[in-house]
Amino acid sequence: MDVSQYLEIFIEETKEHLQSLNEHILILEKEPENEATINEIFRAAHSLKGMAGTMGYKKMQELTHHMENVFSEIRNGKMKASSELVDVVFKGLDTLEAYLANIQSDGSEGDQDCNNIIIALNKILSSGLGNDNSASKDKYMEPFADEITLAAPDKDDKYKFRSLKIEEYEKKAIAKAISLDLNVVGLTIYIQEYCVLKGARAFMVNRTLEDHGEIIKLYPSAQDLEDEKYDFDYSAFVITKETPEQLINFCMSVSEVKEVVADYIRLEEDELGIYLAQIKQDEAPTTKVSTEPGSLKAGAATTSKQTTKPVANRSVRVDIDKLDVLMNLVSELIIAKNSLVSSSSSLHNQLETAFYDQIEYLERVTTNLHESVMKVRMVPIESVVNRFPRMIRDLSKNLNKQMELYMTGEETELDRTVIDEIGDPLMHLLRNAADHGLESSEDRISLGKDPVGSIYLDAYQDGNNVVIEVRDDGAGINVDKIRKKAIERGTITEDQASRMTDKDVIDILFMPSFSTSEKVTDVSGRGVGLDVVKTKIEALGGDIEAKTVLGKGSNFIIRLPLTLAIIQSLMVKISNEKYALPLGNIQTVENIGSRDIKKIGGKEVLNLRGDVIPIIRLGEILDCAKGDKTNQLLVVVVKKGERLAGMVVDELIGQQDIVIKSIGKYIKNHKVISGATILGNGEVALILDVNTLI
Amino acid sequence: MGDINSKQYIDIRLGEDLYGIEIKYIDNIIIMQNITRVPKAQEYFLGVINLRGDIIPVMSLKNKLGLEESEVTSTTRIIIVKPELSMAPVGVIVDEVNEVITLDDDDVDMMNYNEKDSKAVYSAGIGKLGDNLINILNIPEIVGKEE
Repeated sequence: MDVSQYLEIFIEETKEHLQSLNEHILILEKEPENEATINEIFRAAHSLKGMAGTMGYKKMQELTHHMENVFSEIRNGKMKASSELVDVVFKGLDTLEAYLANIQSDGSEGDQDCNNIIIALNKILSSGLGNDNSASKDKYMEPFADEITLAAPDKDDKYKFRSLKIEEYEKKAIAKAISLDLNVVGLTIYIQEYCVLKGARAFMVNRTLEDHGEIIKLYPSAQDLEDEKYDFDYSAFVITKETPEQLINFCMSVSEVKEVVADYIRLEEDELGIYLAQIKQDEAPTTKVSTEPGSLKAGAATTSKQTTKPVANRSVRVDIDKLDVLMNLVSELIIAKNSLVSSSSSLHNQLETAFYDQIEYLERVTTNLHESVMKVRMVPIESVVNRFPRMIRDLSKNLNKQMELYMTGEETELDRTVIDEIGDPLMHLLRNAADHGLESSEDRISLGKDPVGSIYLDAYQDGNNVVIEVRDDGAGINVDKIRKKAIERGTITEDQASRMTDKDVIDILFMPSFSTSEKVTDVSGRGVGLDVVKTKIEALGGDIEAKTVLGKGSNFIIRLPLTLAIIQSLMVKISNEKYALPLGNIQTVENIGSRDIKKIGGKEVLNLRGDVIPIIRLGEILDCAKGDKTNQLLVVVVKKGERLAGMVVDELIGQQDIVIKSIGKYIKNHKVISGATILGNGEVALILDVNTLI
Repeated sequence: MGDINSKQYIDIRLGEDLYGIEIKYIDNIIIMQNITRVPKAQEYFLGVINLRGDIIPVMSLKNKLGLEESEVTSTTRIIIVKPELSMAPVGVIVDEVNEVITLDDDDVDMMNYNEKDSKAVYSAGIGKLGDNLINILNIPEIVGKEE
């Protein structure tokens, strides 16, 4: 069986299952009785094993098989999830992740050995179970005894149903049918190759089968059969009163059926015993079950309830490149729309109102289209942060500090491109918080703090930004120490240091020259790679700031734009040039007299309703041609974090959705320009980078 | 044509002098456009233009070569060049585009420049076309690297 085409899906899904296992095992450690969690773990492990087997990854399959055995016992209530067990399971998951990484890079599992983990798992299994059930224990020691996987279907064998894997709940249903003296028959139905409507044909065969019994399993699934997603054969398990031969006859009566093979399905004796015992237990309180096939369905449904997925996942996997193409097309459409709007407004009196109505309609539709496409690209931040609880647990053990991670706002959505990049910076900040931020448990006790340190990861939307805060309640940053070190290192002079606010000093941490120094990190314990974090976040169009209270903890605040491609902006005119200011940065627009601007220390400031904010004359900074001095100034008040500044512009043009385009990498412009956009009339307007201007 | 020992060039005029740009670098030749100035850019970058939805930086070839700027006339053109196929395009402004010429490699000589002349690297040789000498421009050097 050629499986290479499924490799990508396998990798994606395996990642999901591993993540799900990581999450749920963490929950299980805290709530050992949580039945839903145990079922979820079991389900994930089971699918993982099946997939690995199908793809022919033997080591993965074997390791998951042994893990599944352990989970199975936990689910059956024969064992408890001890901390020791969780550790071993996590080790197992790490090994699986290593296998997956290897598969991703060269398609093979690699040489890593997992025997010691399997031995550890089995040890836990045998000690956990004690000797209450030696028969079932033996069974688990012998791998795959009860498993028939899809790994290597024999091409010559027509009895394809024999190689189907029987799910747990299906086994239960089979056991139940046997207990009710019904036959369980497996069939493989071959449709004529010239059949045109094979979906309909399969449907007719199934209906015939249902006249004589109950179909408990179809492979491929009923939906796939209906959609014609099968070759020319499929398999079914039927609970019936009839014999296989009779069923073959019924099926062959449907036209265009080429061949049908069928045989009884039997479970192994000891397995049957287990299931029968379970069924007896399950049904003890319920009334007697009639032998009608119809009621069997209900029985199968109740027993299967635990293992089936609660809600079907209604989503489609789409290549991000395809979305990018879509996004570009929408961008072009918006430019075209803007150009229509601007040319129609210049022909104001010559056009009919119907035309304007249509233009307005077009505007609404494009706006909605843009929003929808943006939403498609949005991914909850959960997909990044969900690996952090596990990381903190490991850090806690490694560093021998007690700590707890509290996360909120995992559902906050960000553009896919941002999501892909934000993981590493966040991980870095969390590690910093765990390693350097939090004190050791003994220190915390002596300081009168809770011995368990807390790290918070909060994400929330703030206007056109998404804010992610990484907080800890540890020692905080010692500003004076940084100040001293910075002077020693010559990063700043003593004179500068005395004038710097604490905030400015903390900003030194983000400077590359500062953080790479070994000496400083030894003393302050902070600043390792913070410049990398900052660079990455700035590359995403965001910014980061740090706040700290000595002894109380520190807080790193990351601010990211919601989207990267299209933004709302305020178009302004400076001299005779047009510029765009991102609306997300703008607080207010003020009309002030030039006398309201005061000079303090050679710098112009404005007292705006009690806030003294610096004034930036954009015309001068951008070297625009000088206009006439007027007594009235138009000031756009912009905000970066908590800092405000007033930017003097000559004229407001209006609000507009603009498509951000890069101005390329040839031009160096000291970052005052973050990009360019094409206006309705084809002109290019530059987008000012407010963050660097303040 | 077809001769492996010859290359095609576009013959351009800057002020009074003739220059050549090898055809493989040329993406497009367009008429003069409104150029949006980019503040704080290198002085030879005049700004950016919109070429069918793409933003393309435009540089003054004369400024880069240390020649005196002249006024825009009806013959002024922007040549869109790519130093390498994989690199982003850049526009260079020339006073006039004359014609496509073919020069044998034997007719292109390397000039001995004064070593102190920092602009020397911008020349890829001197071509002889009849009585005229054509300074072949070294486009990758002139355009520079993407930062």
